[in-house]
Amino acid sequence: MSENNRSIWVFGDYRNYFQNRVTLQLLSRAIELADKISASVCAVVMGHDVDEYVGEYIAHGAQKVYVIEHPQLKNYSIETYSYLMERLARIYKPEIIFVGATMFGREFAPRVAKKLGTGLTADCIGLDINEDGLLVQIAPSFGGNLLAEIITPESRPQMATVRPGTFQEIPHDYNAVGEVIRIPLPEDLPEDRVRLISTERWRKKGQRIEDARVVVCGGRGMGSKKKYKKLFELSQLLGGIIGATRPVVYAKWVDEESLVGQAGKHIRPKVLFSFGISGAIQHTAGIGDAGFIIAINKNINATMMKMADVAIVADANQFCTALTRELKKRIRS
Amino acid sequence: MLKLVVCIKQVPLVSELPWDSRTGTLRRELAEGMINPACKHALEAALQLKQKHGGEIAVFTMGPPMAEEVLHEAQAMGTDRGILLTDRLMAGADTSITAFTLAKAILKECPDFDLVLCGCYTSDSETAQVGPQLVEELDVPGAANVHHIELIGKTLRMKRISDNFIETLEMELPGLVTITTQEFQPRYVPLKGLQDAFEGSDITRIGADDLGLDMGKLGTTASPTKILNVYSPTAKKKNIVLKGSAKKVVEELFDRFEDKIGGAIRKDLKVEKKYNE
Repeated sequence: MSENNRSIWVFGDYRNYFQNRVTLQLLSRAIELADKISASVCAVVMGHDVDEYVGEYIAHGAQKVYVIEHPQLKNYSIETYSYLMERLARIYKPEIIFVGATMFGREFAPRVAKKLGTGLTADCIGLDINEDGLLVQIAPSFGGNLLAEIITPESRPQMATVRPGTFQEIPHDYNAVGEVIRIPLPEDLPEDRVRLISTERWRKKGQRIEDARVVVCGGRGMGSKKKYKKLFELSQLLGGIIGATRPVVYAKWVDEESLVGQAGKHIRPKVLFSFGISGAIQHTAGIGDAGFIIAINKNINATMMKMADVAIVADANQFCTALTRELKKRIRS
Repeated sequence: MLKLVVCIKQVPLVSELPWDSRTGTLRRELAEGMINPACKHALEAALQLKQKHGGEIAVFTMGPPMAEEVLHEAQAMGTDRGILLTDRLMAGADTSITAFTLAKAILKECPDFDLVLCGCYTSDSETAQVGPQLVEELDVPGAANVHHIELIGKTLRMKRISDNFIETLEMELPGLVTITTQEFQPRYVPLKGLQDAFEGSDITRIGADDLGLDMGKLGTTASPTKILNVYSPTAKKKNIVLKGSAKKVVEELFDRFEDKIGGAIRKDLKVEKKYNE
């Protein structure tokens, strides 16, 4: 494959299109990286009635879109989609494939990587190209406050998943022109061994934490489940949403839905209150876009305190009580 | 007879562990370990299947020799045998090679399995990749992030939440599922049961030779991904530190940042008269 045929692919994950912008965010980063290795940026779309998304991806910077369209592809299917992705990748040999770390993407990407016999890094919070032209995948690592730079030196393509909200999409340009390559569904497509019996919308109640202007996160430093509950009152006063760290979710102080971080939600509030959180990278990976961080912790050396705009050295629980009281006064007046 | 396989992982109890700066991998041998929480839910799912349908549960883990502990604990919960994959050559495997090695061991020790269950992700690395990659290695149907399973003959019916959809899926066994922490609350193991398990466990130890694999196929050497560098992310904020009693600090916070907070919550937080005790 000659140099000028190099390409970076982005998997077109269009389910929940209006909430899920991760494909557009990945296209934006792919464009920046493609420049460094003189590659083209391509989106891959599988499904039925997908022209709308093909148009959107071109408007957001895809120079080429590979499309496999067929009624049989109407529903997302891990087996079929990963089979088709492998086939396309073997024919067109992309240098890099990015997949959004949606629930589907997190299952799809490892299957595709395994089929292709290549490496995959999960939940990258940074992507770059080094002096050797290799993709540097920056990901939280080792259950602590660490980031790892990972490369895939030999096997191709180089693959990474990225959480929604990690990169910024570029504004759309409906005058942009892209090449659309339509590929027929292979006749020898194996039958899907996992049958979809039914699918229904899962409705979550209320405001989404990803969109909240104020998020009140609590960690183990709150002390107990009972004390943790105080954050709910505070959060309500602030018109905010509750967030949590992994240990708190494990301890069942709060539902998994509230988990903020690498494996949970990526948030971008104007103000983030962080109560009794040490700041393991698994958590802080999800708060990189917070505007103003107020951290409360007894330990001034906690990573979270170092990341904060305002670091308050205090007992998280006592401070919560005092802050709630003062807010009530001020909101009333 | 229903043959169930559960793959579990020992994860560190503490989150801050030393890592080997030379190889860029975690020095797991220094950690106190526990069964990864999601793996415990997978064990519980297998135990419930066994209670309902009968059968046998083989538990696999890969790690340093001390990882044997989690196999004892699994047997205290009610599983039948444990297989420990331990070998220096296996160390430092990425998800792809971990899945490869586990698959080799499963096919050697339990080739006629009906269902493999894994936790949906581990608390120490959270990639959620080994389960799906094991599906590929074993070439069976599989589904990730399942919170409900029901076995009807050789058909497994599953439910999962995937990107705002509740999906009901079916597949014919043999197959593989990864189990979330939503349901299958793991059963409690009394200390006595744990002690008994340590004495009477059925554990098989497997090394690279037993699988007929050499260094070129295992561990760091075979892994397609390589770790270049590990570092601590640096802070870039102004970082104003406030200290004192909770009450005093709250006052100071509002004195200095009421506009900031008020702007975010779209409320005027100014008070005319300064608040005094």
